[in-house]
Amino acid sequence: MDHILSVLVFFPAVAGLLGFVVSKESIRAYGISVAAIEFFLSLWLWFSFDGSYPGMQFVEVLPLIPSFGISYYLGVDGISLFIVILSTFITLIGLIALSIEKDVKNMIVSLLFLEMTMVGVFVSLDAILFYVFWELSLVPMLYIIGAWGGELRVYAAIKFFLYTFAGSLIMLVGMLVMAYLYYQATGVWSFSITEWHRLILPMNYQIWLFIAFFIGLAIKVPMFPFHTWLPYAHGQAPTIGSVILAAVLLKMGTYGLVRLPLPMFPDASVYMIYPVAVLSLIMIIYTAMVAYAQKDMKQVIAYSSVSHMGVIVLGTFAMNPEGITGSVFFMLSHGIVSGALFMLVGVIYDRRHTKLMSEFGGLAKAMPRYATIMGIMVMASVGLPLTMSFVGEFLSLAGFYQISHTMTILAGSSIILGAVYMLSLYKKSFFGDVVHEKNKKLKDLDGKESMALWTLVLVTVWLGVYPKPVLEPINTSVESLVSFMHKKAMTDEAKSVIRPTVIKREAE
Amino acid sequence: MLEPISVSMESLNLGTLAPMLVAIVGALGILVIDLIKKDLDKTLYVMLSVLILFVDLGAVFGQRLGDRGFFDVMLIDGLAILSQIVILAASMLFIPLALTSRRFHEYSYPEFFALFLFMVAGFQFMVASDNLILIFVGLETASLALYTLIALHNRERSFEAAIKYFVMGALAAGFYVMGAMVFYALTGSVELYKIAEILSVSGFANMTLVLVGVSFMIAAIGFKLSMVPFHTWTPDVYEGASAALAGYMSVVPKIAGFVVAMRVFELLIHSDVVWVRDVLYVAVVVTMTLANIIALVQRDVKRMLAFSSISHAGFVMAAIMIGTTQANSALFLYWILFLFTNLGAFAMLWVSRHKAAVWGDGRFDHPYEKFAGMIHIMPVGAVVMALFMLSLAGVPPFSLFWGKLYIMSAAVNSDYIILALIMAINSAISAYYYLKLIVYMFLKDPSESGRTVYMKNASKPLQTIIGFSVFLTVFAVLAVDPMWEFISTYVQASGF
Repeated sequence: MDHILSVLVFFPAVAGLLGFVVSKESIRAYGISVAAIEFFLSLWLWFSFDGSYPGMQFVEVLPLIPSFGISYYLGVDGISLFIVILSTFITLIGLIALSIEKDVKNMIVSLLFLEMTMVGVFVSLDAILFYVFWELSLVPMLYIIGAWGGELRVYAAIKFFLYTFAGSLIMLVGMLVMAYLYYQATGVWSFSITEWHRLILPMNYQIWLFIAFFIGLAIKVPMFPFHTWLPYAHGQAPTIGSVILAAVLLKMGTYGLVRLPLPMFPDASVYMIYPVAVLSLIMIIYTAMVAYAQKDMKQVIAYSSVSHMGVIVLGTFAMNPEGITGSVFFMLSHGIVSGALFMLVGVIYDRRHTKLMSEFGGLAKAMPRYATIMGIMVMASVGLPLTMSFVGEFLSLAGFYQISHTMTILAGSSIILGAVYMLSLYKKSFFGDVVHEKNKKLKDLDGKESMALWTLVLVTVWLGVYPKPVLEPINTSVESLVSFMHKKAMTDEAKSVIRPTVIKREAE
Repeated sequence: MLEPISVSMESLNLGTLAPMLVAIVGALGILVIDLIKKDLDKTLYVMLSVLILFVDLGAVFGQRLGDRGFFDVMLIDGLAILSQIVILAASMLFIPLALTSRRFHEYSYPEFFALFLFMVAGFQFMVASDNLILIFVGLETASLALYTLIALHNRERSFEAAIKYFVMGALAAGFYVMGAMVFYALTGSVELYKIAEILSVSGFANMTLVLVGVSFMIAAIGFKLSMVPFHTWTPDVYEGASAALAGYMSVVPKIAGFVVAMRVFELLIHSDVVWVRDVLYVAVVVTMTLANIIALVQRDVKRMLAFSSISHAGFVMAAIMIGTTQANSALFLYWILFLFTNLGAFAMLWVSRHKAAVWGDGRFDHPYEKFAGMIHIMPVGAVVMALFMLSLAGVPPFSLFWGKLYIMSAAVNSDYIILALIMAINSAISAYYYLKLIVYMFLKDPSESGRTVYMKNASKPLQTIIGFSVFLTVFAVLAVDPMWEFISTYVQASGF
């Protein structure tokens, strides 16, 4: 099938439009079926994907505005393939576990539109197309947070929208400058990201453009000091909103870093390693401490999410195959683990309408099955070996170890700090005696919740024990990316930092 | 004894006047019909006006590029043709908005339609000439007709608006005449191309006088385009006029103003009179930013849209300041996209107009509270309005995003990167007030008793027009490329 990417992008949107016709009672089943079909389509994509070929596959090009070089240009490589599958997977799981009763039809339609934008961001290879999906993803999320959220929902939703919108407009200016430089160099307008990769720019241009792109992407990640919108968004969003936000939307930022500034400005990226690494370290350690101070379960997970995103950024800026492969894999594991954790908090919130840890205690007695899954996921979040997070976190840090030993050791403290706040969360809410009368008669997980959560547990353990089928295609693409960056870099410093392993392999 | 003046018809080249003559004759025709038979229904006049505008449009397309005529005061260049197309398209969309399901007093007068056509002819004269006097005549014809149209809405606030606009307009006209006089004193001509020629030959010897003349011109055009600090009339006038007319006013007089501004300022910018560019730079930035900030605190959607349209005008003025062919073409692209979206947004307000219901303290017609919870009552209406708001905010892939993209790109390409960043930040600020309406429509619960007033005024023709605007707003990306080719060919042909 030549147009599988277009189908993947637009199937949920078309299904969303048609969803308006489906009656309210059946909309849930409709949403799940659509998400399941989409998920199987993405699995098919994986199945027909050639893991040994590092470049773009399933490429589709259609000129949209030829005079200005804007085209409808899709493609997928090892880096984006699994993030696409993650998006469809999380949407499906989220829909299965969806517990919202109010306006459920609007919710499902907006989720399907959101799915379109998520898949769209990860498969577009034209900067303007990327930007279109990137911005469009804000609209359904604004609605989801704002309409189904907690008390401060409107404030949180607008803060989320404006922060990202402002950042990405600066990125848009960067894109326009980039297109203009490309035009000056070649005489042709083009917004194709793969074409831009081939443009070698002088250092001062690289640095300014790097900053423009970085601001737009960093706000989405969210990097310290732009992270302040995230706790509000998570705190106020409904469960499904938090799940998608943490699992997929934040990944847009880190994916963008790998796709845009790194290969486009290798010298500037190397030049900026230390500033970015310092920001990431602050993000890792500071937000971990903040997480420990939280009283609300969901806030703990939200801040832990920020902390882990710091490790992902650090791995990305290791600029070597281990680091980048690790960070891409960590994106996937963080998506699944934090998605599961938010879902778990949602389960208890649906029952007790509170997320304060002080309200709980002894939940392990009242809800043994729930406590089991929560335990596994807490361990996974901490980075226990044989879970998915361990692989990603280890590779990211191992990659950055080649850049700076001290910084990596400092960043490694995230595992210890993570253990501190996550285990104390688990202790406070699950162990001890049941203090509150209400907690005694809590219903354990029901069928759909078990199904959704056990699937996530299964994936976490499977890819923790045997990550090879995912890791290998990622690695193939990342290695070619790094050797490309190595070739493109102009300064000796950059060439020595960006060390590809492909050359070594070819020599063997 | 004086020789009898003889002018051959051929040298007059009356073909250049054909479009305006169509509109004027059509307007007279409407008056004559009213004389013959009273109390004909408004539908007749609406359809007649649309047909007249249609013939007018045909006449515009029939014109030859680069023609001059009527004692050489008419100039049919690419700008004239393009802007006349915009004016006529907007007018053809506006006039059917009269077909409301509620009865509104002004549309029962055929004079309304006659005045409207006179106004269109005035704007056409304004854009199709480079003679300062003819531009003035066009400007005044159009403005006088417009004042009356506003007053015809027949509410206390409409009279206030009309008077306010009239007084301000008179002041602007005064400035304009003074500016033209200074230029005449300097060069002995009222033809812009001759003024440019003489000024550059003399090497701008008398810079002080040029400065005075340009200052007057900036003030005069600033009033018409509602540039800060000459913007103060705009929100009050928009509020007093009917929503449909306010939408029209935010599009058509402005495009005429832009064309005049382009003709007047471009000759100075291209002769490297640096301070004109600097003054315009400051004016553009201040207009964009200040209008955006004031719009943040508005309580009424119509006033918010008024300030937003000031901000959009500032955004587009930047293109004139940049002055490259790409920028000038981007201006037209932006304004064509803006036409559909903004007219659509005002049409949605028009649809929700309700004579009896009073909202809040009754100070405003369209306070934000009125739209609270619209998604629960009128889901389609709410989604349509949200689309217009997102498009105005510049969220891709909706229409105005492409306009912004092209203007920002023009800025970047001429090394105005700071300006491009200011534009980006302003777009982000403006997102807040557009979102505010979306928040009310989607995230709040319907107000007390949930009166379903939203679509009271809707009728099939209005819905058709809104549907048309929605279609163009959503699928703009497909139209951008052919439109860009068309526009840049015409702009290039007229040497801007």
